[in-house]
Amino acid sequence: MYPIVNKVELNPTVTRMDIYAPLIAAKAQPGQFVILRVDACGERIPLTVADTDPDKGLVTIIFQIVGATTALLNQKQAGESLPDFVGPLGLPTHTEGVKKVAVVGGGVGCAIAYPVAKKLHAQGAAVHTVIGFRENDLVILRDEFAAVSDELILMTDDGSAGQKGLVTQALQAQLDAGNDYDLVIAIGPLVMMKFVSALTKPYNIRTLVSMNSIMIDGTGMCGCCRLTVGGQTKFACVDGPDFDGHLVDFDESLARAGMYKEHEREAYCKLMKNEE
Amino acid sequence: MPNMSKEKQPMPTQDAKARAKNYSEVALGYTTEQALDEAQRCLHCKHKPCVAGCPVAIDIPGFLKQTAEGDFEAAYQTIAQASSLPAVCGRVCPQETQCEQLCVRGIKGEPVAIGRLERFVADAHLASDSRAAEKPTPNGFKVAVIGSGPAGLTCAGRLARLGYAVTVFEALHLAGGVLVYGIPEFRLPKAIVQREIDGLRALGVEVQTNMVIGRVLSIDELLEQQGYSVVFIGSGAGLPRFMNIPGENLNGVYSANEFLTRVNLMKAYQDGCPTPIQQAKKVVVVGGGNVAMDAARCALRLNAEEVHIVYRRSLTELPARAEEVEHAEEEGVIFDLLCNPISIEGDENLNVKSITCVRMGLGEPDESGRRRPVVIPNSEFTIECDCVIMSIGTSPNPLIKATTEGLDTTRWGGIIADETTGQTSRPSVYAGGDAVTGAATVILAMGAGKAAAEAIHAQLSTQP
Repeated sequence: MYPIVNKVELNPTVTRMDIYAPLIAAKAQPGQFVILRVDACGERIPLTVADTDPDKGLVTIIFQIVGATTALLNQKQAGESLPDFVGPLGLPTHTEGVKKVAVVGGGVGCAIAYPVAKKLHAQGAAVHTVIGFRENDLVILRDEFAAVSDELILMTDDGSAGQKGLVTQALQAQLDAGNDYDLVIAIGPLVMMKFVSALTKPYNIRTLVSMNSIMIDGTGMCGCCRLTVGGQTKFACVDGPDFDGHLVDFDESLARAGMYKEHEREAYCKLMKNEE
Repeated sequence: MPNMSKEKQPMPTQDAKARAKNYSEVALGYTTEQALDEAQRCLHCKHKPCVAGCPVAIDIPGFLKQTAEGDFEAAYQTIAQASSLPAVCGRVCPQETQCEQLCVRGIKGEPVAIGRLERFVADAHLASDSRAAEKPTPNGFKVAVIGSGPAGLTCAGRLARLGYAVTVFEALHLAGGVLVYGIPEFRLPKAIVQREIDGLRALGVEVQTNMVIGRVLSIDELLEQQGYSVVFIGSGAGLPRFMNIPGENLNGVYSANEFLTRVNLMKAYQDGCPTPIQQAKKVVVVGGGNVAMDAARCALRLNAEEVHIVYRRSLTELPARAEEVEHAEEEGVIFDLLCNPISIEGDENLNVKSITCVRMGLGEPDESGRRRPVVIPNSEFTIECDCVIMSIGTSPNPLIKATTEGLDTTRWGGIIADETTGQTSRPSVYAGGDAVTGAATVILAMGAGKAAAEAIHAQLSTQP
């Protein structure tokens, strides 16, 4: 069993938990993920590691309540335990040799972008961060990003915090201002990553995206998380989750991400009904 | 006087129509009368040809004699001396190409039903046994076993009986490997696998689930920091192969591994289970092995209206066990033989709508001895379907190779290990099962696990 040591609700739909898993805390690198189950007959869901505290043996996860399993996870309180918590899975984000980077985070994807920004900052890279949310109430990790960024641009869809607009508009402005990034890292909804990749392509700036495909085992066994990268099939769980955004077939990944939408909606409705 | 009936006792099975809609075991097992009768068909040949056909060399005439005498527990103990998982092997071993193929009774009639009798005595033991296993005296050595499938469980069981402190590391949340994620409930009830694993735990084997070796701990860390004297790698062949044809990443295309894992390990067939699976109407399974049969039969049980097996050779070359093919046919699976997919087509939402195949003829035998399938020109045809399950084989998972320096593997990723001892290119690291051979059978993996356990014992018991 893996005890939940701390639980903080970051906003109405996003929660942070610190899980006691010392072996994983000692090994996990930014970009890697864990797979967990909430109860003994539950789904296996992948969540990217948001932070670690190896001394205390803690692994931080930040998740958005998007369906039945994340809703059940959010019902767990500090002091309770998770039956299964496995990792670190996937390959760490390659940050070696990066001098000037734009980190672009969207929504709960910022939770994954943060440890990458933190690592790049610690390595001495100039970090420009663009984070985007729907509205002010949903903003997370603003202070944390500020602490590891040379420049921080906050965008909201409705302008209720930071500037009004999309992260791509902010990134475009940064490029127009003459910033020559040697890497752009985009982590967020598939659509956001697709458009960031499309934006950087003409500039020929290396662009990494983090693909959070549907997974079961996370070790390369099922192939459920496969995607097309440069015409070749890759498994997000073992070949990624980071891939060259200019080579990813986003339309295929968008379709695959929707494979079980109907089932997910039903499961969520059923759960909500049971609670009434 | 032996029973000279030319035919073996038939296996009682659930009615084909009824069972195609449920997950209860298909083969029901012999009654005591049937078992006594069948066991008496053994001629007790002096040269015991059947034993040579068994990868773990069970004393087959010995256990058949005890069975014929009605001493089922003694028969069980005879099997257990050689095999760690009798209730499993009695169900899933391809006896027709092993022990039973060499049975003298098979020359003029049917061989003795060795597999069915193995299952009978193992079930009799499980039903009656309530004694707690005696824990052997510890000898002070720690051994790490990676993977809890047939190879790992066998190796762990034998070493535990010799007094080794064995830890089994399993990547998934449940132990059993392919026995729990791959083989369906109706062919191998999971309660039986659980009993076997509980038996190992009672012997003192520690099973740690959620441990992906190569990520959370490396083999070097197990040997140097965690105090294990030896590591046995039984991590299987879990990486699914695809055909690399257009349309393979459409929604509705599954690897057999994914499909079976959702159904078996994640229990997608149970009402109220949170695991999603496509409710397909017409399913095409590509491939002809046991895994393909399992996938096809699971698809039927998930209420598909029509399930096809597409295989590029003919019925004679079908690698699945005859019994599995028969069961699948009885349940209504349609076999499209001598055809091979060339593309999968999708609709505007990228969901599968059809698969296009070509017809094949058989040419000269290839290196495997089977006649090589050759494409018949202009023979393209399309099967409408909403789900395709690729079941064309698996390769060893590269994770351990990638994280273990000095561990040699073949070009296709199999760990190179000595055939008789399982010794790899790294000292104190052994390997066996599908991780070495590529996808094979439960019993071959068990044979490798057993041989490695003996070699490990030889190494550690002679260490100064």
